[in-house]
Amino acid sequence: MAESDNIVAETAEKIFADLADAQTINRDQKGEWKAPLWQALTEAGLPLSWVGEDCGGSGASLAEGFSVLSAAGRFAVAVPLAETMLAGWLLAQAKIASPDGEMTVVPASPKDMITLNADGSLSGRARNVPFAKVAKHFAVLANDAKGAVSIALVDAAKCRIEAGLGLGGDHSDTVTLDKVQPAAIKPAPKGFDQTRLMLMGGVARSLQIAGALESLLEISVRYSNERVAFEKKISKFQAVQHNLARLAGESAAALAAATSAADAVANATEFNDELFLEAAAAKIRCAEAAEKGSGIAHQVHGAIGFTSEHILHRYSLRALAWRDDFGSESYWAVELGKLVCDRGADELWPLVASR
Amino acid sequence: MTAALRFDPIRLPEKCEQLRKEVRAFLAEEIAAGTFDPHKPNREDTDVPEFSRKVGERGWLGMTWPKQYGGHERSFLERYVVTEEMRVANAPTRRFFVADRQSGPVLLKYAPEHIKMDILPRICRGEVCFAIGMSEPNSGSDLFAAKTRATKTDGGYLINGTKIWTSSAHIADYMIAIFRTSPPTKENRRHGLTQFLVKMKQPGIQVNPISQITGQKEFNEVVFTDFFVPDDHVLGEIDGAWKQATSELAYERSGPERFLETYYVLTELVRAVGNNPDTRSAEGIGRLVAQVHTMRRMSVSVAGMLQAGKEPVVEASIVKDIGTVWEQQLPHRVRDLAAFVEETATNRETLEKQLDFAIKTAPKLTIQGGTTEVLRGIIARGLGLR
Repeated sequence: MAESDNIVAETAEKIFADLADAQTINRDQKGEWKAPLWQALTEAGLPLSWVGEDCGGSGASLAEGFSVLSAAGRFAVAVPLAETMLAGWLLAQAKIASPDGEMTVVPASPKDMITLNADGSLSGRARNVPFAKVAKHFAVLANDAKGAVSIALVDAAKCRIEAGLGLGGDHSDTVTLDKVQPAAIKPAPKGFDQTRLMLMGGVARSLQIAGALESLLEISVRYSNERVAFEKKISKFQAVQHNLARLAGESAAALAAATSAADAVANATEFNDELFLEAAAAKIRCAEAAEKGSGIAHQVHGAIGFTSEHILHRYSLRALAWRDDFGSESYWAVELGKLVCDRGADELWPLVASR
Repeated sequence: MTAALRFDPIRLPEKCEQLRKEVRAFLAEEIAAGTFDPHKPNREDTDVPEFSRKVGERGWLGMTWPKQYGGHERSFLERYVVTEEMRVANAPTRRFFVADRQSGPVLLKYAPEHIKMDILPRICRGEVCFAIGMSEPNSGSDLFAAKTRATKTDGGYLINGTKIWTSSAHIADYMIAIFRTSPPTKENRRHGLTQFLVKMKQPGIQVNPISQITGQKEFNEVVFTDFFVPDDHVLGEIDGAWKQATSELAYERSGPERFLETYYVLTELVRAVGNNPDTRSAEGIGRLVAQVHTMRRMSVSVAGMLQAGKEPVVEASIVKDIGTVWEQQLPHRVRDLAAFVEETATNRETLEKQLDFAIKTAPKLTIQGGTTEVLRGIIARGLGLR
């Protein structure tokens, strides 16, 4: 597990360790762990990490917030921390203050679009919105008829929400806005659009997936050193060793891709092809790693890992579920492929070797 | 905690980008002058002494070595830039690549002063070619089973035995090889091998080229018959080569050459597909670009850790494992995607020839310099499984 880079991440790690223990959560059928965890996160100012102090947040840097998300991934945290952070960040782009409580981002897929009507109301449908059911407010990105982009704060109670569950068992809901009047709305900054929002969400999910893979590796290595079969620890079988080496490789690839993209976003002075490559590539490669890595982790565990009683699924299924949010890997692969072809063959290497 | 794998987001410093421009300009000049064709990785004359000397003149060999030996005391990240630009351009680096990456650093660490003063400046000038004598007919991955004997005699050693799969031995001026000076002990089967510097092109050494499935003849069988090596050509501890082998491996295993060997087919595919790809081509290209970007980020990260004086042995092994598997699969994925390229694509013939060569090259990529199986064993040890 990577050591924490900063005090914000250390605070998050400590809260997760104390209040988001996987065994405890897995045994808690009633979800009684959620309220104390959320309260501790809120008291530490973590959900509004990316909101300036003038807008009611804790004003952490992008880099600090990203390391909170890595930690959240390592603990497979199942409260809307990443979502509230992203929502606060989106609202802050338009200098809209964040309210207290859980938030999420609408839309959460590049294929869904919210429209700003001529009368100032918002309409549209967004599918697979993570934690919409428990969010008090939505941070909404909307386009008007001329394509101008706005950012709005919307009261969740004013929207229709059809509850759903994602692969990981977390809320993944359909949100319908039917001429909803926003609580606040402002134009997005110049150049900011839905692609930028999706890429930011994608980087967040990449970090979470990479974190979950770190834990999948750790849990699987530990199990292989405990479990005895054919009169020896299964970690002594070369086939198992090589599977775990591959899991380490996938975990490493996800970690490298996600932290590089986060670093690129945190230090970006402008949005360009290089930044697009970093963010899109991270989502693509982390999603691929989630598939391969979770498969190996389950293979190593055998039947016990397939039980709801075991904690493995908390990490494996979330890593798989996170692939779908803010654009799947196949979506971003098409977009990245188009960009690469548009630049032309001789501009591919300069793009890859740009930093 | 089991494995604390680290891949920090290392960025190449500004001076690297200036250097990159210089390397690209140099390569463009050489291509224009007809020294090599970047679209033809399958040429037979991969040894181009004149090119090697020019690279030396530019100061791009021995970049990280001390100036007293002809080096340039620059960073590993700068060397990284030169290496990747040469690789992507399919430049003819055969003559100097092994000496610059591996042999020079071994000499720096273990050779006596007068040998360092003699050979290292010549490597830096691009004048000498090195080979590595590891594998033998009955010991490949099992390095420490090597049997070629070095028997003590007056003033040195007599070498008898055979090395095999030795790349570049037919053109090499020197070889750094391991020979058996003592039998292994019960406690340590790795004991008894010693590293030597061998001057090639002398009586007592017979080099027999071996034809490869690509049609090239890059590797060789090297037979030693009562070949004399003087005492001062011993590199490091007698019987203790096993202690010396591991630390260099991080350099050998994590460089850009470990995932860019077949990269040219991706560039050519993009050219064949054109500016308006269909969804299938776009997705396929997008995934491959995301994968190579990630490989490069991992590899640069390891280079940054090496520069910082760390020894990321497990991370380096991971880079070589997934990097070589990737570059091995790449021509097959490109072949899949190329199946639907328009017949009218102007570079169709170039792409087909490149694919033919890359697919033939592919099998060796996960074997040379440490097989996938060996690497996964090292990673497993790092994870605490062995």
